[in-house]
Amino acid sequence: MSHAVQERPVAFAKPRGPLSHARLPRWTPLAVAAGSIAAGVGIGLAAGWHSKVQWGLVAALVFVLATYAITTKVEGSRQAKDRIATSLVWVCFVLAVVPLLSLAWVTISKGMEVLDVYFLTHSMNGVLDVEAGGGVYHALLGTIEQVGIATVIAAPIGLLTAVYLVEYGNGKLAKAVTFFVDVMTGIPSIVAGLFILSTWTLMLDFGPSGFAGAMALAILMMPVVVRSTEEMLKLVPNELREASLALGVPKWRTILKVVLPTAIGGITTGVMLAVARITGETAPVLLLVFGTKLINPNPFEGAQSSLPLYVYEQYAVGTDAAVARAWAAALVLIAFVMILNLVARGIARWKAPKTGR
Amino acid sequence: MVTTTPPAIKNRSRRAKSAARPGDRIFSGLSKGSGITLLVIMAAIAAFLTYRTVLAVSKDSTNFFTTFEWNPAGDPPVFGIAVLAFGTVVSSVIAMAIAVPVAIGIALFISHYAPRKLAKPLAYVVDLLAAVPSIIYGLWGAIFLVPYLDGLNQWLDQYLGWTYIFDKSADGVARNLFTVGILLAIMILPIITNVTREVFLQAPKMHEEAALALGATRWEVVRMAVLPFGRSGIISASMLGLGRALGETMAVAVVLSPSFVLSGHLLDPGGGTFAQNIAAKFNEANEFGRDALIASGLVLFVITLLVNGAARWIIARRKEYSGANA
Amino acid sequence: MKLSRNNGLRASAIGALVVSGALVLSACGSDDNNEPTKSGGKQTSAAASNIKCDGAKGQLLAAGSSAQENAMDLWVKNFQAACEGVEVNYQGIGSGGGITKFNQGQVAFAGSDSALKDEEVAESKKICKGGTGVNLPMVGGPIAIGYKLEGVDNLVLDASTIAKIFDTKITKWNDPAITKLNPGAKLPDSTIQAFHRSDESGTTQNLGKYLSTAAAADWKYDPKTKSWPAPGGQAANGSSGVAQAVKGAEGSIGYFELSHATANKISTVSVNTGASAPVAATSENASKAIAAAKVKGTGNDVALSLDYATKAEGAYPLVLVTYEIACDKGNKAETLPTLKAFLNYAISEEGQKVLTSADYAPMPAEIAAKVRAIVPTLS
Repeated sequence: MSHAVQERPVAFAKPRGPLSHARLPRWTPLAVAAGSIAAGVGIGLAAGWHSKVQWGLVAALVFVLATYAITTKVEGSRQAKDRIATSLVWVCFVLAVVPLLSLAWVTISKGMEVLDVYFLTHSMNGVLDVEAGGGVYHALLGTIEQVGIATVIAAPIGLLTAVYLVEYGNGKLAKAVTFFVDVMTGIPSIVAGLFILSTWTLMLDFGPSGFAGAMALAILMMPVVVRSTEEMLKLVPNELREASLALGVPKWRTILKVVLPTAIGGITTGVMLAVARITGETAPVLLLVFGTKLINPNPFEGAQSSLPLYVYEQYAVGTDAAVARAWAAALVLIAFVMILNLVARGIARWKAPKTGR
Repeated sequence: MVTTTPPAIKNRSRRAKSAARPGDRIFSGLSKGSGITLLVIMAAIAAFLTYRTVLAVSKDSTNFFTTFEWNPAGDPPVFGIAVLAFGTVVSSVIAMAIAVPVAIGIALFISHYAPRKLAKPLAYVVDLLAAVPSIIYGLWGAIFLVPYLDGLNQWLDQYLGWTYIFDKSADGVARNLFTVGILLAIMILPIITNVTREVFLQAPKMHEEAALALGATRWEVVRMAVLPFGRSGIISASMLGLGRALGETMAVAVVLSPSFVLSGHLLDPGGGTFAQNIAAKFNEANEFGRDALIASGLVLFVITLLVNGAARWIIARRKEYSGANA
Repeated sequence: MKLSRNNGLRASAIGALVVSGALVLSACGSDDNNEPTKSGGKQTSAAASNIKCDGAKGQLLAAGSSAQENAMDLWVKNFQAACEGVEVNYQGIGSGGGITKFNQGQVAFAGSDSALKDEEVAESKKICKGGTGVNLPMVGGPIAIGYKLEGVDNLVLDASTIAKIFDTKITKWNDPAITKLNPGAKLPDSTIQAFHRSDESGTTQNLGKYLSTAAAADWKYDPKTKSWPAPGGQAANGSSGVAQAVKGAEGSIGYFELSHATANKISTVSVNTGASAPVAATSENASKAIAAAKVKGTGNDVALSLDYATKAEGAYPLVLVTYEIACDKGNKAETLPTLKAFLNYAISEEGQKVLTSADYAPMPAEIAAKVRAIVPTLS
């Protein structure tokens, strides 16, 4: 830590007015960060640790401690707490961003290997899983349709339920709904699949179809939509509602025109989280949609495929060609969710009221 | 403009007059109908699960809760959830212990600390990462995370081996509950961050400005005006994350090296989680075996429920102190 | 109505996106992968040769064992190439799942690594009106014991050593039991990392059956279990997971279908069966072991009883046979022609011949002849 202490020049101990604190110069955090990274690498090298993870941890620790020590000396304890909070927040950011960026990087670099127009526009028809070639089109189409249907079912029900819970609900029914939503947030996807399998497929005797899978996905999606939307609606200040009601606006218009638009950003996030969760589901698709190598544009009849199922199948085949396809499909999957996300955010921003932020 | 009054909105529903308007009646009916629909679906699933569970557990020849084995196809059938419950709880606790503080940190970073130029794209990146399907985390975990954590495991064993839980007694790569916990933490981090960030952004600006005007440091503003306001949201977000961590299937199945041995040595390969066990056994299971797996799924529900209940209770208890108005 | 406008807008926006996306995409998607530039890989066999389609049409759904998935893949490719307008859709979801789906009437046939159990036969009577489900062996294959050990190319083990390694009774590569079987090999003093399947699987079950037959003294676990019975060792998900784990860790050993060893370039163990020379895991050697099997099924059922302890020259005893399971009577009328045509092709000489190219073992002549006689009688 010695080098960190050296970085404290004596220069800013110069006399100041009584109203201003002694301040560290703006470059201090950067300098301390550089110093602690050096310390982390140094200690790591000295101790001969192989994994870079420890180096990072040590660097982070040194950074926080050094910041605290320096600031306490120069600026006093309140400022020191502020600094330490700031540095902790930065450390969190760095700690989290490293694995997440690594994930993104790996998927993109591996996925680009076979991703091209041919891959996007062809199915796996007539291509052996062990050899190269083929594409992801049938799976992409299946995912789009299944997720689309699931969202159309689950998002309105989830939204309205959240509205009910926050704006109307009190008493036993609301309690019961809350209870079941809570239970269902942890539902293993295969259970939702089994439920649809034993009701829709076995009792009502429908064959495998994209729609059956979409229903299971909708079940998985609803609690997430309700839970996050509920939270966002609760945050809408009561004054807004009261102002609107006081102007004689009916309650339903208040909700539609004031409450929902105010919370639209958060609601979108919630719905997108739910979409993201179901887009990656393999188990219900395998149980209910069956999977296929051919293009089947009709979600209401016949086996379909889906992207996560495709990824899983190709990964399980295990040949280089198949694994390369798995990564490419994973990239397509992420891109798909990303585009949906962008569109949803665009709509949210367009519909949201202009606020101070 | 913004609130300090915390009257419950719900009290206003006694306002009979406005409910009399047709638009209101339709809308409240619609939203109530949705609630009931959801309730019916969920109740049907719960009933379905309970039914299948009873079928399975009634034939279990040993205690369902304390048995360390899973062989419903055996004669007599032997299966129990002790190992799975332990593994699920431990991996989720590790995940939450890492993810919640870090997620709050990142959410604060995006909402209050980061330079604006950085905050926007960053928020977007986190959004995207929340959208990465779990199977991709699984692939990435198996191929990249596990080798990286090998070193960390040895390091923990070397320096913290005396704590028992970090004692690594068996050889092998880092395909253990600890790794699963870290992978789950990375998976749920964006989810918790996303919701928490939205909540922090909703924190009353006036409070923050007032605090700043009184000479508070940025941390004091966060501590006094932002965090109390966001507490309920943080807990809800954490519960969403926990829900995913508890129920995560494929990522755990790909990364963990499971066994039906209950061991406190988190760095040794072994253990299992409910969802992972379901994924591993489901394909080959016969009808009865599936019932047994569903029974384990029901236990997962109960655990989720207990945790959620606790969270709701905490929110309710703290409500009066919080700046949030609901 | 105004009230649904907001939700409706979001939903319809997403809906519109979905629909328009689907429209745009369906305009450019194609099932045709025969363009010479990109179809890649080798054309595995002469398509459209002697395959008789016999009125096959429409979609045939099937599911089951993932061990035979690559074989099915080949057959489906050739069959679809020969028969216009037919789709055979086989999903490798696991034998148990396949049988469950078959007994629920969801698939026309199932693939399974083990013959139907009595209660499963009883249950199949509900679906097969007037008949039962029968086991028709069509694909065989060696289960390879793959290992990674620097500088050791031809590892030889016997059943008892394999049992002890996977039971973690032998933990070092230079254990006397191993050195005795491998004179001259440079075996290191390192720990053996034994990998098994974490999911339930017919592959695990067949390994268990083999070990409890050929090394009864050293493998005392239930031979019927599909999940790994022994307490020690490490586990990975699926054959590909085990293969990857073995490929990635020095001093490791694991078991999987031969195709995974070939795909990942993993060395495989030759088994000392008591024959004059150790037997390597190859298609031909597996066929020789399957030839030693006895038919234990009666009537239309061709369930086999494999001789895991065989000492025949060049017979690799650690094999797996996959049955196609269909109704002998009472198959669904609309899929029956396709079912018969497809199974006919699969068991035909031509169908069996392509198996070796994917590291599978064709059925020995006697058994194949028996199955060939039964398939046309399915009704």
